[in-house]
Amino acid sequence: MSTLDIKGLQVSVATEAGFTEILKGVDLTIKSGETHAIMGPNGSGKSTLAYSIAGHPKYTITGGSVTLDGVDVLAMSVDERAKTGLFLAMQYPVEVPGVSVTNFLRTAATAIRGEAPKVRTWVGEVKEAMKSLNMDPNFAERNVNEGFSGGEKKRHEILQLELLKPKFAILDETDSGLDVDALRIVSEGVNRVKGNRDLGIMLITHYTRILRYIKPDFVHVFSGGKIVEAGGPELADKLEEKGYAEYTTA
Amino acid sequence: MSTLTTNYLAPTGREEAWRFTPLARVGGLLDSAVAVSSVSSIKIVNSENGVKLTVKSVGDQPAISTSDDLATIRAREVVTEVSHIEIAANTQLEQPLLLERTNLTGKPQASRTLITCGANSHGTIILNNSGDAILSDEIEFDLAQGSTLTFVSLQEWSSKAIHLGRQHAVIAKDATFNSIVVTVGGSLVRLLPTVEYSGPGSSADLQGLYFATDGQHLEHRLHVDHNVPNAKSRVNYKGALAGDKAHTVWIGDVYIRSNAEGTDTYELNRNLLLSDGARADSVPNLEIETGEIVGAGHASTTGRFDDEQLFYLSSRGIPAEIARRLVIRGFFAEIVGKIRDEEIENRLMDRIDSELAKVGA
Repeated sequence: MSTLDIKGLQVSVATEAGFTEILKGVDLTIKSGETHAIMGPNGSGKSTLAYSIAGHPKYTITGGSVTLDGVDVLAMSVDERAKTGLFLAMQYPVEVPGVSVTNFLRTAATAIRGEAPKVRTWVGEVKEAMKSLNMDPNFAERNVNEGFSGGEKKRHEILQLELLKPKFAILDETDSGLDVDALRIVSEGVNRVKGNRDLGIMLITHYTRILRYIKPDFVHVFSGGKIVEAGGPELADKLEEKGYAEYTTA
Repeated sequence: MSTLTTNYLAPTGREEAWRFTPLARVGGLLDSAVAVSSVSSIKIVNSENGVKLTVKSVGDQPAISTSDDLATIRAREVVTEVSHIEIAANTQLEQPLLLERTNLTGKPQASRTLITCGANSHGTIILNNSGDAILSDEIEFDLAQGSTLTFVSLQEWSSKAIHLGRQHAVIAKDATFNSIVVTVGGSLVRLLPTVEYSGPGSSADLQGLYFATDGQHLEHRLHVDHNVPNAKSRVNYKGALAGDKAHTVWIGDVYIRSNAEGTDTYELNRNLLLSDGARADSVPNLEIETGEIVGAGHASTTGRFDDEQLFYLSSRGIPAEIARRLVIRGFFAEIVGKIRDEEIENRLMDRIDSELAKVGA
């Protein structure tokens, strides 16, 4: 059992006009096996929360803490955060020309596991994971995210989630740009990983659609850089019906 | 040994063609007061059926093209013997023909080579330039109808070497010339990969890779003369720079003459600046005298390392140093992969890795 603990997190970003505060004190605790949906309007700071935890250099932490089982995550480099068990599935995965998916996955798995995976079992592991995500085997020979469709990019993110075996996954708008079939496949992938490994999930989304496939234990409404309401799955139903209006008109 | 007798005008550095080149570092190759000796500098490492090398007197083997490049003009005045490599008509080279340099002294020398590809011959030639040299070098390619030649020119010179060179192809009807230029070594390298056509339906694909570190000057000046109808050309050069006073120059001149209807051309240069203090000059030029063409375009980008790529890889647990190496290897993979020789590919990638490690990039 692991715990990801976010306390009073404040984050700013440098702009031409100086520093702008985006996160204004976020408190959230996620335990292994729990799924927390973070829902909020565009521009509320949901993605900033995701990227700050992963360590994107664009964001400056100005207050608060993030710990994983009591260990300070914010003091770690980006790769150390991944090694300690955090995974960010990005909304816009980055193209890396000339680097094949095969080479990338193997390099990442080697880094995370501390040793190169055995060739024979690794090839089978990748094939199996790709098959369950309905991915064409040729996919492995393509360059990372280069020329991928929106659905292919998201499947590739979940493929990594499956192979890199983190303790906590942050899924940033994983549902955006997916048609119904792709959404189902990607969601099944997330549920499979969760079922197998007691994964803790922070599911960031604007829409309730993905919650039909990935059932949250907790729902948090995010607005103006912090959590403004928390509840159970029923809160998502309320949002579905009434939208975010009551949280944005201050 | 030959001394110069004609009215040779050394460049001053104000000429468009020489404005980027540090003339103080060309080792006397352009100085009429410096003795430049003629050398037959090419040797074949592996013999292949249908290929022969003969060394001819310059009078028996005149140049097949004209050049206004001052280094080439000077080399032609100095050189007394021309190495002639012939691939017989209809020959299919099963293995790449491997060429090395020989007789280089590290003193100013000039060399000329002619490579003729007989009708419907197909093959790959790999020239490995290594060691010390102060060399002004011209290689001409005469591609007969229906022939295909892939020519790989590896500049893995020592860190002191100086190399001025012209690699000019004349491409006949339905012939294809593929050039892959890789420049990683040398103190100063200035190469002119240039192309003209002698018949329609012909094609040139000019690919290049250069990586300059501390103090290196690596210059590539391409010129494609679309002087016939329905010919095609592609240019794709990629460079990386790291370390203080690393300087690269890429000039891409494409000239579409009024009779060159149906021309299809595209040229691309991308530069990756890996540290401060390095400078990449990139100048694409497209001159078009007819609108009746299939396509003509060019693009040039020079940028720093993409932090988003680095973040993406690092967020998957890959340490920053390995992530940078992956991205740079990936950047060059497109060009290196075209050599289709695993040993050379690994050697080049290892060299790039070690240069990166040296400059701490």
